[in-house]
Amino acid sequence: MARIIVVTSGKGGVGKTTTSAAIAMGLAKRGHKTAVIDFDVGLRNLDLIMGCERRVVYDFVNVINGEATLNQALIRDKNCNQLYILPASQTRDKDALSQEGVGRILDELKKDFKYIVCDSPAGIERGAFLAMYYADDAFIVTNPEVSSVRDSDRMLGILSSKSRRAEENEEPIKEYLLLTRYSPDRVKLGEMLSVDDVQEILSLHLLGVIPESKSVLNASNSGTPVILDEKSDAGQAYADVIARYLGEDRPHRFIDEKKGLFGKLFGGK
Amino acid sequence: MSLLDYFRTSKTSSASLAKERLQILVAHERTSRNQPSYLPQLQKELLEVIRKYVSIDQDAISVNFEQDDNQETLELNIVLPDTNKK
Repeated sequence: MARIIVVTSGKGGVGKTTTSAAIAMGLAKRGHKTAVIDFDVGLRNLDLIMGCERRVVYDFVNVINGEATLNQALIRDKNCNQLYILPASQTRDKDALSQEGVGRILDELKKDFKYIVCDSPAGIERGAFLAMYYADDAFIVTNPEVSSVRDSDRMLGILSSKSRRAEENEEPIKEYLLLTRYSPDRVKLGEMLSVDDVQEILSLHLLGVIPESKSVLNASNSGTPVILDEKSDAGQAYADVIARYLGEDRPHRFIDEKKGLFGKLFGGK
Repeated sequence: MSLLDYFRTSKTSSASLAKERLQILVAHERTSRNQPSYLPQLQKELLEVIRKYVSIDQDAISVNFEQDDNQETLELNIVLPDTNKK
């Protein structure tokens, strides 16, 4: 049975697209046929993060309007043949996505794919609403910072009241927390909310902590999802996220600070 | 605990301030989220009805909605003006 995953946050700039690209690639690398859809109509960027921006011919809106078939619009990833990207349209028409149209395309994708990852735009308007509406699972991407945590909580309220599962009185969407841009050093200094602090406020199942990492910018510079950078901390953290999502038990590796020479000599425990 | 930790923890951290502010805010926003959407309208209409008989201020009426496992409570609180004052 196919599962629809929404990657959402409310707040912008927290790492939704980075996460969508990484987890879609991670699931596909595990052998699950996966599609990742950009819901940010007018501001498409997933194609750039996935490195397929020059291969976009048709987009999500073209498919909804019947101007192209799904097969024409889906772009096969260059690194993994189990992964397909459906880019957003660059139209400025905000109402280009219809609820019925999105539902129709997702139903069609469900026949062929194991996982469908919906990359939500920031905010709580149409694109964000439609990205979460049909979801089975939600990855809430949160930074350890006040405005992001507040917006995540707001998003949780929307997931539990406005989604299809809520409206049809089905089992609620499974919500998972993904804490990104985490700096254990700053947490230690009392300058940043800790994983436990955020957990206490949002009380969600923690799927993973992605450390603040240079590898994320390097990955987006080159258009390769960061999970493919297997040597990087962020890449490994995303790989752990996939393992946990698929039911494997993995310890959290990136919650404690890395100790430098100075820390090793004077840090103590 | 090392000597460095001792100096680090000597002042209240900004993170604990952030946590405290968030806990209060989130708790407040969650209660208002669960309220039925007709509450503001109800409050407005009640105010109009009461004003036919007594002159009261906008903030003299409060409508609270509470929900626990087995019941929902709608609490109305109307503060009448002090009539003894002449």
